[in-house]
Amino acid sequence: MNFYILTLIKAGLVAFVLLTTAAYLVWIERKLLAHIQLRLGPQRVGPHGLLQPLADLVKLVTKEGLIPQQVNKIYFLLAPFAAVMLALISISVIPFGPEVEIFGQRTWLQLTDLKIGVLFVLAISSIGVYGVALGGWASNNKYALLGGLRSSAQMISYELPLALAIAAPLLLSNTLSFRELVETQSGFLGGVLGNWNLWYQPVSFLVFLISAFAETNRVPFDLPEAENELVAGFHTEYSSLGFAAFFTAEYANIITACAVGTHIWLGGWQPIIAPHLGGIWVPSLVFAFFGIMSLFHATQPARRWDKYTFPVLGLAALGLAALFAIPLLQPVLVPLFWFAAKTGALIFLFIWIRGTLPRFRYDQLMRFAWTFLFPVALVNLLVTGLVVALQP
Amino acid sequence: MADDTEISSPAATLVAEPGPETAGRRTMILNMGPQHPSTHGVLRIVLELDGETIVKARPDIGFLHTGIEKECEAKFYQQVVPLTDRVDYLANLSNNLCYCLAVEKLLGIEVPRAAQWMRVMLTELTRINSHLVWLGTHALDIGAMTVFFYCFRERETICKLFEKFSGQRMMTSYFRIGGLALEPPRGWQQAAGGFLKHFPANVDEYEDLLDKNPIWLRRTQRVGQVPLERMLDLGVTGPMIRAAGISWDIRKSEPYSGYDEFDFEVPTRTENDVWARYRVRMEELRQSWRIATQALEGMPGGPWMAAAPKVVLPDREKMKTQMEALIYHFKIVTEGFRVPAGDVYQCIESPRGELGYYVVSDGTSKPHRVFMRTPSFGNLQVLPAMLEGRLIADSIASLGSVDFVLGDVDR
Repeated sequence: MNFYILTLIKAGLVAFVLLTTAAYLVWIERKLLAHIQLRLGPQRVGPHGLLQPLADLVKLVTKEGLIPQQVNKIYFLLAPFAAVMLALISISVIPFGPEVEIFGQRTWLQLTDLKIGVLFVLAISSIGVYGVALGGWASNNKYALLGGLRSSAQMISYELPLALAIAAPLLLSNTLSFRELVETQSGFLGGVLGNWNLWYQPVSFLVFLISAFAETNRVPFDLPEAENELVAGFHTEYSSLGFAAFFTAEYANIITACAVGTHIWLGGWQPIIAPHLGGIWVPSLVFAFFGIMSLFHATQPARRWDKYTFPVLGLAALGLAALFAIPLLQPVLVPLFWFAAKTGALIFLFIWIRGTLPRFRYDQLMRFAWTFLFPVALVNLLVTGLVVALQP
Repeated sequence: MADDTEISSPAATLVAEPGPETAGRRTMILNMGPQHPSTHGVLRIVLELDGETIVKARPDIGFLHTGIEKECEAKFYQQVVPLTDRVDYLANLSNNLCYCLAVEKLLGIEVPRAAQWMRVMLTELTRINSHLVWLGTHALDIGAMTVFFYCFRERETICKLFEKFSGQRMMTSYFRIGGLALEPPRGWQQAAGGFLKHFPANVDEYEDLLDKNPIWLRRTQRVGQVPLERMLDLGVTGPMIRAAGISWDIRKSEPYSGYDEFDFEVPTRTENDVWARYRVRMEELRQSWRIATQALEGMPGGPWMAAAPKVVLPDREKMKTQMEALIYHFKIVTEGFRVPAGDVYQCIESPRGELGYYVVSDGTSKPHRVFMRTPSFGNLQVLPAMLEGRLIADSIASLGSVDFVLGDVDR
């Protein structure tokens, strides 16, 4: 098939999936946080609030986009779009799975593979600070200004440990392309456990995770938008689509950060356990287990409506299990499953932390970055470099 | 508010005359509040900032002024009780109690022991309720969101207990001059006992979330310190002064309503920072639980109202069968009861500190003057001393540690 048509289809698909995921990530976060905090979360729009993201979208689109007086209009309007554009761009170099054959077409489950994919993502995430800083500066609001300043300083500071943390596993893999990074992590330790960089580079993974929290402005590093201090930080003055853009950018950044972590340390789409131990059947088994549990609960309904909802859920899960068991689809679906599961686990960690930890103070945050995280990442990199150099 | 003698906008003062610290440096005025998520109501603080450092802080109060003190003068003595609920809306029963004690002192009425014990138990539940709201919002300010919901779970139970005996969750108005409005409904003691049985485990749960959390420690330790002399000068009381190492608790020093019969301790700390205030209040939760449990277990029997027919409304049954009771009822309801001329100051230990009511009577059935010495007002005065030279983020932690209620400040 024509290369251009194929790329167009893939681009549309990736954009659609990413935006939907970002929207549903909000729902998942609200639900998870609610259950951590003894609440139920969204319940009104659709069953278990499943249509809530749609309702939010309609609300945000139909709201009046207010531009306050005496703002710098160009930058004020530019900032949210810069933020969302830069957040969405880096997903284009991140693969979702290996090379597969669909309808006779061999293609990678990836938009494009850059030889310097990792560098590209780092560069884009560095530019991402412009959206926040510009938005805060252009708003003509003191809270927004403080939020923008905090965020610039924070993101630049945490950029360093982040880059150093990523550099260490790159030394092991000796490549900057995500595709090849994942390939180097194929194979199994002792023929059982996935041969991931995590086992060789646990320190750099931890440094990366902490820096990623700071880069995406999440608790405990959510100072730029600390609602209890700075009202809403850099997006105080934004409403309607401007606010929606910042919001989407934040969640897209989380997805990107988690996907990068998955690829560099967690072996991308490689399964956790070796195929001869049933690695390829894990997705089917997980869904089948879930389906059988649901059907079991349907026989003992705790609430009136459980009689109807649980069988539907159970049958859907069993259907998915069957889908994952079709040999023809397995080469496509199983890697996708592993990639989604690992990224999802990291995202779950982001949300879990939000429900648990308080917020750092600005100076403590900077001290933490420069006096702890940065030296640790540096030493880790030096040790890794030494080991790689001494290897025959 | 402490330093400004003339009534002028604090913002204007700041702009007009930059302080000596600000000379030569360009600073920014940040108007924090009255609509700010962390000023706990409608407090306005004008901050002069150098970067994120606070150079000057001027609290501006009065946005919630309701004129309650003046309104009291237009009401019969018994009609003032519901007004006192609205002063400190998180510690309504403490305010009820203080006012009732003051008027009872003027009248020379002895309240039956059962009513005294019930009052003690309910004010301690109020203290728990108030401290739970404080802990939840304080932790939320510092960013620990989940604690808030855990605290409100227990607060909900207390509110339901309040609702059971008074029909209201917050504005209970349950105490009357001479005793209690009603006998608690059947089964109430069991419900309260059920709550008290589980409460210590809940306090452990809050501490699990915060006590050993390094971020929480860093945000609270050595933050919000004020010299002790300054605190004493400004009349700081309650958990704030106890966290500065002074064991001052009116329940111990001037026992009222039979507090001397209870066994409890006054927790103190010496660090005088946000962390110490947090620890003191957490210990107070446990001590209040101890008092409430003792009160519930040893609740004496007997009448709920004093035997003072000219002050206390007669029993419904008697009112319908006895001529005398009907006359008293009619007189009290239509023209109130007369209180001998004189003045009295009664103070109690409210969740926030020393709460005092100064009631002046001119011999009629309406108070001549009711002055309220509210703890939040005194405690809030240390704010400038606490904030100046610190960071914005510290201001939030310090504000939370004062635990003020704006209704209590502005009255």
